[in-house]
Amino acid sequence: MLHLKRILLVTLLLPSFGFSQEEDVQAGKALFNANCAACHQLNRKAVGPALKGVTEKYDREWLYKWIKNGTQMIKDGDPQAVAIWEEYNRAVMTNYPQFSNEQIDNILAYTNYTPPAPAAAVATSAETVSQGSDISVNIILAVTIVIFTILIVMLFLVQRTLIKIANASGVKIEPEPRRNIKPLWKAVVENQFIMFVLVIGFLLSSAYFTYGYLMQIGIDQGYAPIQPIHYSHKIHAGANQIECKYCHSSARVSKHSGIPSLNVCMNCHEYIGEYNGEEDLENGYTKDFYTNEIKKLYSAVGWDEENQVYTGNTQPVKWIRIHNLPDFVYFNHAQHAQVAKIECQTCHGPVEEMEILYQYSPLTMGWCIDCHRESNVDKDNEYYQKVHEELSKKYGVEKLTVAQLGGIECAKCHY
Amino acid sequence: MRNSSILILFIGLTLISCFDPSKPNFQYFPDMYESLAYETYAESDGFSNGIEAQVPVEGTIPRGWEPYDYPDSNEGYEMAKSNLLSPLDISDNNLSQGKELYEIYCSVCHGDKGDGMGILAQREKFLGIPAYIDREITPGSIYHVLMYGINAMGSHAGQVNEEERWQIAQYVMKLREESKK
Ligand code: HEC
Ligand code: HEC
Ligand code: HEC
Ligand code: HEC
Ligand code: HEC
Ligand code: HEC
Ligand code: HEC
Repeated sequence: MLHLKRILLVTLLLPSFGFSQEEDVQAGKALFNANCAACHQLNRKAVGPALKGVTEKYDREWLYKWIKNGTQMIKDGDPQAVAIWEEYNRAVMTNYPQFSNEQIDNILAYTNYTPPAPAAAVATSAETVSQGSDISVNIILAVTIVIFTILIVMLFLVQRTLIKIANASGVKIEPEPRRNIKPLWKAVVENQFIMFVLVIGFLLSSAYFTYGYLMQIGIDQGYAPIQPIHYSHKIHAGANQIECKYCHSSARVSKHSGIPSLNVCMNCHEYIGEYNGEEDLENGYTKDFYTNEIKKLYSAVGWDEENQVYTGNTQPVKWIRIHNLPDFVYFNHAQHAQVAKIECQTCHGPVEEMEILYQYSPLTMGWCIDCHRESNVDKDNEYYQKVHEELSKKYGVEKLTVAQLGGIECAKCHY
Repeated sequence: MRNSSILILFIGLTLISCFDPSKPNFQYFPDMYESLAYETYAESDGFSNGIEAQVPVEGTIPRGWEPYDYPDSNEGYEMAKSNLLSPLDISDNNLSQGKELYEIYCSVCHGDKGDGMGILAQREKFLGIPAYIDREITPGSIYHVLMYGINAMGSHAGQVNEEERWQIAQYVMKLREESKK
């Protein structure tokens, strides 16, 4: 479906390219994305000013000079150059002496370019496609229903003709006489053996379910609270392949993995102000929905998008904690993620596919112990070399499990 | 008999349907489950801003931390570029540490090879990331950029400590050398 949409989009857009002016724009776009986009956006202020309409603000020669060597112009005291330089807190724009005038023309052509609005066309065609698939399902349903009704009607007809034939050939079909039998349930209740088996079965199964219910008390497997910002691991760690530790950076060195502070988010989101990725329409996650969530992040860190400055007006984001061991257990991330080199996904499940994060493992004592019984210790770790050697000798084994290292002693986890 | 089994079935169903994934489960005598001490990042009324995690008092210096004297300005950047030298020797250990850290913190944008084509650039989410080869950089300037950030790149000082920053800088210089070839 999505595939289809993209192909449609491409085919719809393709015819509009191919003119030489469009080629300039394409070349300009490539140059712009590679060189200027870090600091300039077309329609909004970023590190530098918005570039849409800049050709009207200055004359061409000035722009050539500025882009090739703006620093020199500022030094020489060109009034326009100094004015914009002061306005942007004396931020230095990179010089591009390597560009030819034509290349700069291309870039400027791109900054003035308004793409023809294909949005409406794409939307309708996408709709027809989606209706198309619905229709085909509906058609299949209707056809099967018709076939079944025809079959039923035919059965009746056949029965009727059969009876007619039987009548005609003189065979009498007598309806079976109704005997006076006991209803089934009464028979069952009166049969002691069946009752006995049923009662036992009932007791056993209710004991089973009660036990199951009691044993899951206090276990939050599957817990997925609604977070104050709809932050999606599927988009960040999945589609955009951001490393877990980019955000959960203390997992390398401490007990806690930690939730990233908002300045980490802003490393990317000062730049990424709106969402343009894939949508999930079934759940109502549209682009607008996602963009709105990014705005929530902005209001929490106090980022004024319009002027690209921090207002200093911040609020903490109240993330709801999901994984939480009881207070009497000690668990350390660095020991597992860094020392034992266990992938985060072993314990936290397929996080990169989770739109909303949930608790994947039960986090019971049995779960910890099972893994400690089965896992081997990484014996290349220099820090523990001596301990590992002595223990190997003591147990007479090549590979040590965590349990042999003492990973199932109560005091390792409870103190 | 029949009625009671329906009743039990009903109770069972309500118990099962009680499980709402957006709410935590019941707990049985959670006396020692919830910490009396403040939990990491929790809310707390012990402080005026209501948060447990506090910023260190101004002027405090953690043990082993060295102040960084170059200011966050164009002049500071130029000064760091020419004067600031790495305290680490170039070694395989530092380089492999640097590689590991680089691939966590920098690859998304700068790419594994330092050519500016990380996954975010490929997907056109974050544009204009330079290849290291196109910039005049020194270990000192890389360290400075990691401390304060530069233009569209943010500071990474909160994610990597001093030694780790130098290890990354060493590895970036190695990538730059390699891409010259
Ligand atoms: C390192 C960030 C950076 C990069 C990269 C950059 N610029 Fe700039 N640009 C700026 C800043 C900052 C200003 C504002 C003036 C100043 O402070 O020097 C500016 C100003 C301008 C202006 C004047 C705009 C106005 O409204 O007055 C133009 C035109 C311009 N840049 C074009 C470009 C082009 C074209 C490229 C790519 C080839 C480019 N810039 C790359 C940061 C950058
Ligand atoms: C871009 C930053 C970012 C990246 C990358 C990231 N996370 Fe997260 N993670 C967060 C934020 C923010 C939260 C808190 C919100 C939530 O629970 O959804 C969180 C929550 C979590 C939690 C639940 C914490 C709790 O409350 O118990 C786990 C587990 C987790 N992340 C694991 C991972 C794993 C594994 C990866 C790598 C596949 C990863 N994260 C990548 C930002 C990130
Ligand atoms: C390494 C870069 C990076 C970091 C760090 C990062 N993001 Fe994102 N974020 C992205 C990208 C890329 C997108 C997708 C944009 C697109 O597809 O157009 C995105 C999209 C989003 C969205 C909209 C989609 C969604 O997930 O609901 C939200 C909200 C968001 N980010 C919040 C955060 C928060 C909160 C943090 C900090 C915990 C954070 N981001 C850190 C790169 C980043
Ligand atoms: C051996 C299993 C295991 C591995 C591997 C693991 N975690 Fe955890 N994680 C846990 C447990 C158990 C908790 C609950 C800790 C607590 O309540 O003290 C937890 C809690 C968390 C939290 C909640 C906040 C906190 O720090 O207590 C985050 C975020 C998190 N993990 C992220 C990660 C990331 C990222 C990785 C990979 C680098 C990872 N985890 C690897 C078991 C694991
Ligand atoms: C996926 C497997 C796995 C799970 C699940 C797991 N662990 Fe571990 N754990 C390990 C490994 C492997 C080591 C050994 C690390 C090393 O090389 O020292 C370890 C080591 C430890 C140690 C240090 C043991 C020692 O002798 O120094 C503690 C404490 C610990 N784990 C606690 C826990 C707790 C508490 C849980 C459950 C919440 C848990 N672990 C769940 C694999 C696991
Ligand atoms: C690998 C770590 C680990 C080791 C070793 C360990 N435990 Fe536990 N224990 C846990 C975890 C995790 C929980 C919490 C389970 C939960 O919340 O459901 C727990 C819970 C308990 C509880 C239940 C408390 C309650 O109120 O639910 C008792 C009792 C207990 N442990 C006793 C022991 C004893 C006795 C030993 C030594 C034989 C031991 N534990 C060894 C990890 C460990
Ligand atoms: C969110 C994307 C992003 C991440 C993550 C990132 N950078 Fe950058 N980096 C950029 C951008 C954009 C620029 C260009 C800034 C400019 O216009 O001067 C840049 C520029 C640089 C420069 C050149 C600065 C100069 O002196 O001209 C260096 C060196 C650098 N980054 C190193 C790193 C290292 C090391 C890391 C990992 C710790 C890293 N970057 C992580 C986006 C990123």
